[in-house]
Amino acid sequence: MAILTKEAAQALLKKVLTYSKADECEATLSGTEGGNIRYARNAVSTAGDVSTLNLSVSSRFGKKSAFSTINEFDDASLQKVVSRSEELAKLAPENPEVMPMLGPSDFKEAITYVPATAAMTPDTRAELVSKSIIAAKEAKLEAAGFLENSNGFTAVMNSKGLFAYNKSTDVIFSVTTRNQAGTGSGYAARGFNDVNKLDTLTATKIAASKANGSINAKAIEPGKYTVILEPVAATYMLENMFRGFDARSADEGRSFMSKPGGGTRLGEKLMDEQVTIYSDPFNPDMPAPTWNSEGQPLEKINWIDKGVVKNLAYSRYWAQQKNVKPVPGPSNVIMQGGSASLEELIKSTEKGILVSRLWYIRMVDPQTLLLTGLTRDGTFYIENGKIQFPIKNMRFNESPVIMLNNIEALGKAERSISVESYRSYLIPPMKIRDFTFTSLSDAV
Amino acid sequence: MKRRDFIYLSGVGFGALMLPNMELFGNPIDPLAALNDGMDVGLKKQIADIAMNAAKSKGATYADVRIGRYLNQFVITRENRVQNVANTESFGVGIRVIANGCWGFAASNNVTKDEVAKTAERAVAVAKANAKIQGTPVELAPQKGFGEVSWKTPIEKNPFEVPVQEKTDLLLAVNAEAKNGGANFVNSMLFSINEQKYFASTDGSYIDQDIHRIYPSFVVTKIDKTSGKFQTRRSLSSPMGMGYEYLTPKEEEKVKGIVTRYKQRYDIMEDVKNATKDAAEKISAKSVEPGKYDLILDPSHLWLTIHESVGHPTELDRVLGYEANYAGTSFLTLDKWQSKKFNFGNKLVNVVADKTQPGSLGAVGYDDEGVQCGKWDLIKDGVLVNYQAIRDQAHIIGLDHSQGCCYAQSWQDVQFQRMPNVSLQPGKEKRSVDDMIKNVEKGIYIVGDGSFSIDQQRYNFQFGGQTFYEIKQGKIVGMLNDVAYQANTQEFWNSCTDLADASDYRLGGAFNDGKGQPGQSNAVSHGCPTTRFNGVNVINTARKI
Repeated sequence: MAILTKEAAQALLKKVLTYSKADECEATLSGTEGGNIRYARNAVSTAGDVSTLNLSVSSRFGKKSAFSTINEFDDASLQKVVSRSEELAKLAPENPEVMPMLGPSDFKEAITYVPATAAMTPDTRAELVSKSIIAAKEAKLEAAGFLENSNGFTAVMNSKGLFAYNKSTDVIFSVTTRNQAGTGSGYAARGFNDVNKLDTLTATKIAASKANGSINAKAIEPGKYTVILEPVAATYMLENMFRGFDARSADEGRSFMSKPGGGTRLGEKLMDEQVTIYSDPFNPDMPAPTWNSEGQPLEKINWIDKGVVKNLAYSRYWAQQKNVKPVPGPSNVIMQGGSASLEELIKSTEKGILVSRLWYIRMVDPQTLLLTGLTRDGTFYIENGKIQFPIKNMRFNESPVIMLNNIEALGKAERSISVESYRSYLIPPMKIRDFTFTSLSDAV
Repeated sequence: MKRRDFIYLSGVGFGALMLPNMELFGNPIDPLAALNDGMDVGLKKQIADIAMNAAKSKGATYADVRIGRYLNQFVITRENRVQNVANTESFGVGIRVIANGCWGFAASNNVTKDEVAKTAERAVAVAKANAKIQGTPVELAPQKGFGEVSWKTPIEKNPFEVPVQEKTDLLLAVNAEAKNGGANFVNSMLFSINEQKYFASTDGSYIDQDIHRIYPSFVVTKIDKTSGKFQTRRSLSSPMGMGYEYLTPKEEEKVKGIVTRYKQRYDIMEDVKNATKDAAEKISAKSVEPGKYDLILDPSHLWLTIHESVGHPTELDRVLGYEANYAGTSFLTLDKWQSKKFNFGNKLVNVVADKTQPGSLGAVGYDDEGVQCGKWDLIKDGVLVNYQAIRDQAHIIGLDHSQGCCYAQSWQDVQFQRMPNVSLQPGKEKRSVDDMIKNVEKGIYIVGDGSFSIDQQRYNFQFGGQTFYEIKQGKIVGMLNDVAYQANTQEFWNSCTDLADASDYRLGGAFNDGKGQPGQSNAVSHGCPTTRFNGVNVINTARKI
């Protein structure tokens, strides 16, 4: 059994710590059960079933630190992993950035675990995938997709008395449907803690309607357009920015959060006032752990509040250097939305482009956060509040910071996954003016 | 260092290719433990036979067993401090079978006789479960057994035998050189890999391989506080399929010019000195005027354009749709190949796939399904002539054998089609870079790779670089900033008009080319000479926030 109860994990970790002779010792126990199915051309291509239980022990002597891991749990193995981490720590070079381990804290219980997801089997996975394949076949399309579920726990205990435990479940699903001629393509992606919320049939039907609706795409001239980014497109675009809410790189002068002349943009109004971005481990649609690997409690925190940079993450080392309170990095990322539906956003658009998905986004300039990438799997021209016809894909060069200054309207936030990292976010569809497309692509 | 931290670091600092969820980390070990022999090859054979017999007794018609020991060492520093030294080892077995015409796979880190039999049975059970929703049965190209054979990367100095202290001393000296030259920040890193792979299959092969790869790199950052501008210049080193000898400079392996570039030996101290100067010069360089330019692309840059626009679209699994949901498909559809006249590029363009090239990341004796590696043409005189295939795809392109492109990033991942080294052949006539620049009226000479992005069928791409030099009337007149070029793959390769000769040919490459779901990384090299492309669209990437 790879999933231990809180009590069983606590007992095992207690035993591990009794073997320690280091100045400080921390033991982390984590287990995962889960599996995946990958399919293409309407048939399964690969599948796997994974179960792991792993113990990691970190030992410190002054500023020398090292860790060791093991996946056997008899007493001799536990002693071995502790002594090995101590030997490695003695060999390690001193790291002035090593901070003392944290003591106990009152961590709130997370809401990240859903029993129905934990109970998934290879058969339930196959059933979910078979629904997707049926929907693709009915639409006379070929589906390629991926379904992965996991059920995991993490427990940590250290020689300063800290103990924390969390259980979580996750399921992600994505599907691409294409026609035989290769002239139409559609996509859908979903991620949840609760598998009961995952409807692979409906998701595949949406992908199928995008695929069939994108056939015979017309070319339009690249340039600046009003765009409506669906949540899966907006999520991928903004993910690069979320990684930059870090005080150290801003202080060092090498981030878009650096202020010309020195310092950070904390307190500066950087975006439109419709923009509020925050983390909240207790959001029921986007739950997250209530503590991080440093043993810091995670609470609700605003990063951008009505367009103003409210907080940046300070590691414990950097907070000490700057004489401020440490601020743990985001537990999850939520962008506050409006009340409009996607249909209403389209209806209110005189001329614009509906973007279903973005692809291969890479940083062009970290100073301005300029990104490049392309539209993919369903791009449509809107005129007079209606989708008029599918258009060919285009490359964009745009900065999410500039983009979030050009907001026309936000729709209702919904849970979406990044198509590259597979992380989940809560992001609204958004209508943006003057989004910059720089060239056409023949890709379907 | 925790795995997630490394991924974050790679993502921001080291410009890795599409980084999947890397499973490169194993258990941390003492650096000296990496030099232990590991499991005896005779025992590996016994265990493999047990697994294959167990699979066959449960109904498998084919089975292969990979017993792998994967060693990694990272040495990571910034300015005057060592941030981390991590030595890891991962050991286990992956078993792949065909049962009821369908693939099944299972893996275990417990490499004992009892456990491998159970793992083999699990793989058969997975195959049988999936066979219920399988389309066409798997068709494997025939492969003869090689009996008991072995292959080693021909290294001169095993990086794992070099003391960690020597490595941290070198990197700290690199950082000191940058700081003394006026850099504000410098990060440096040395990454060494040793894959000890044992492969056995029911075709009668027992293949033992010992593969080494090494990658030294750094990033120098220069900041102009008043304007708030910052610029970086990355090392011009390449990840190589070599040992520690790569870090011993050799004059004959240097290519002199506007900046020194390197072939099969790297001078990290010289390069950091140049990088520090380049970063400072970039701060005050002129912003590019957008428009059409003739581009002269150095191999330290062009390898990545080859990777994205030639390497990926000739992957047969993409052509067939197996990657449609993630990496994408390909514009090089089967009908274009069947026509035997699809004009991929100018007739000067010859691209080969090669898994045998010395010093390259893709060089191995045999692939991960026991196929002996070789070399073949992909683009011949500008025309698409072939793809990259593995055993279960060969019949689709009328081949009676696999091209040996199968790879798994570890024992616990299933092997699938991955890119071999894909390289542009040098010009046949004697031609230097200076000769090439002399003929350019309005152009840009690009050194080093930068930002990169390409669509899911590999038509439209955009690339940046490390340093950009303006060429006017046949002369380099200064450095440019904010440069990126955009093109269509076929138009770009047809605009190729000039290639340097073999004396300029060099390898670039990537440690972490990502593909698949769940993601796996593959290491691959791309060779080329300096090459000219006419009339390419250059955009200006400067913005204000």
